Amino acid sequence: MGEKGWSYPVIRYIVKRLIFMVPLLIGITIVCFVVMHLAPGSPTDLETQMNPRASAEYRERLKAMYDLDKPLHEQYLIWVKKLAVLDLGRSFSPDRRPVSEKIMERLPITISLNVLSLILILIIAIPIGVLSAVYQDSLFDKVTGIFVFIGFAMPTFWLALLLMILFGVNLGWLPISGIRSLNYEYLPPGMAIVDLIRHLILPVTLAAFGGLAGLSRYMRSNMLEVIRQDYIMTARAKGLSERVVIYRHALRNALLPVITILGLSIPGLIGGSVIFETIFAIPGMGQLFYMSVMARDYPVVMGVLFIGAILTLLGNLIADVSYAVADPRIRVS
Amino acid sequence: MALAGSCVVIMLFVISLLAPWIAPYDPNEIDLQKVLSAPSRDHVLGTDQLGRDVFTRMIWGSRISLKVGFVATGIAILIGTVLGAVAGYYGRWVDAVIMRFVDIMLCFPTFFLILAVIALLEPSIWNIMIIIGVTGWMGITRLVRADFTSLKERDFVLAARAIGASDLRIIFVHILPNAMASVLVAATLGVAGAILTESALSFLGIGVQPPTPSWGNILTAGKDNIDIAWWLSLYPGMAILITVLGYNLLGEGIRDSLDPRLR
Repeated sequence: MGEKGWSYPVIRYIVKRLIFMVPLLIGITIVCFVVMHLAPGSPTDLETQMNPRASAEYRERLKAMYDLDKPLHEQYLIWVKKLAVLDLGRSFSPDRRPVSEKIMERLPITISLNVLSLILILIIAIPIGVLSAVYQDSLFDKVTGIFVFIGFAMPTFWLALLLMILFGVNLGWLPISGIRSLNYEYLPPGMAIVDLIRHLILPVTLAAFGGLAGLSRYMRSNMLEVIRQDYIMTARAKGLSERVVIYRHALRNALLPVITILGLSIPGLIGGSVIFETIFAIPGMGQLFYMSVMARDYPVVMGVLFIGAILTLLGNLIADVSYAVADPRIRVS
Repeated sequence: MALAGSCVVIMLFVISLLAPWIAPYDPNEIDLQKVLSAPSRDHVLGTDQLGRDVFTRMIWGSRISLKVGFVATGIAILIGTVLGAVAGYYGRWVDAVIMRFVDIMLCFPTFFLILAVIALLEPSIWNIMIIIGVTGWMGITRLVRADFTSLKERDFVLAARAIGASDLRIIFVHILPNAMASVLVAATLGVAGAILTESALSFLGIGVQPPTPSWGNILTAGKDNIDIAWWLSLYPGMAILITVLGYNLLGEGIRDSLDPRLR
């Protein structure tokens, strides 16, 4: 066929997906706006309660600043216009810094942690899935099956506690808090990297744990389905070795839908970052979200909620695009 | 396996029903002489940071799990079934609008949405149940819609329409009972999910508030005393794991027995 990667149908497909995203984006802003207005009272109540010297006039000024004196639909439009330039308002916390700044300085940590755990999920789950499909009903298949079932039911924050007790408290092998040691600055460069890795082992493993069970099961059923297809029988009939049949013909076709599943697992991973970053005291977006919820710092809470949804949307777009580039059926149709 | 699952589920029902009679102590009885004492004959699973009996608090905690699991899932099923039925039955723009709404809701990491709403409301047990339910109906909507889309073309539906049955009657009396199988499976798995979510929220201190005992908030004490009181971390988590495992097994069992292809 000769068509590779970015052909015309692929670009048409991507444009279609982009157009499809527009209503979703609008929907996300509406949901955020509605959630924001669930708050009992208005943001101005909160600020003035803490400040007994606030006069009625001051309150009015605040109200005007947050546009609360305008009708709802106008408030929404003003808010969306600000969103478009990533103006998420200012934090209620004493530092009063812009919300977008607070989020952006923490976002890289959360994204890198999630990417690392995604890679870990792929490295572990795909071989498990493939092997338990190829050797269906073998001992390996049964044992991993049990593990998968327990994995689905495991409260990962509890697993985190147990591993912290085992590796952190009892054995003393791994640090259980933060992403670097206190003496980080005084370590030689090589040791600093080792220090970082030691801090990341537990959180990344645990963040990956949740996705492992799902993906390996999915990979297994995909592989089982592919193996039963006619073209696999053809490949076998041609006299190809079992190795070539499984790893060249079957695996490629079973891997394709995994891209979509990875896209779908992004909200779970981002949501889970709240738990892991809080447990392990990692200064990422999840921890910021948790602290803001506790402090009722509404602008930050709404900002992170919005950014979380946007990240999911972007993750799905990336998955769609990779799928289009990888799948010959879209490439040439 | 499904049998094991139903045994766990039934046992939990019995335990939470009989909590006041089988628990050896009062769940809120503070004994400062016995703060953080390891498991012993008096306190089989040890005591917590206020000297309260962990075993007793776990028995009472099972009530919370059960309540949250069922109420939250009930809410999710109600919303999901109604929206899915309407979308699948009417099709066209109604379907398009509802399913787009599902897509939008699925863009939000569920845990973020739950936390954001909790930040605005008080974290009481009722609010937790409602929030978990209101943020967890999307999967059920998709299931019910898929069932309705295929069922509404079937002969018995056409026959019902031919004798002049109203839309409402067709949806609830004729189609819905045929779609209940997948809903039942989703509900069983949903209870497990809701219990997990509640325990995570309580663990983070934004779920069920102390002194009300829940498995999640006992684990919080476990984390606070991680280097001295392992029993606070070990046992409540085990209870969560076994419970969720039980519901999952039961759900899978129901699915297998309802789906003739798997038999």
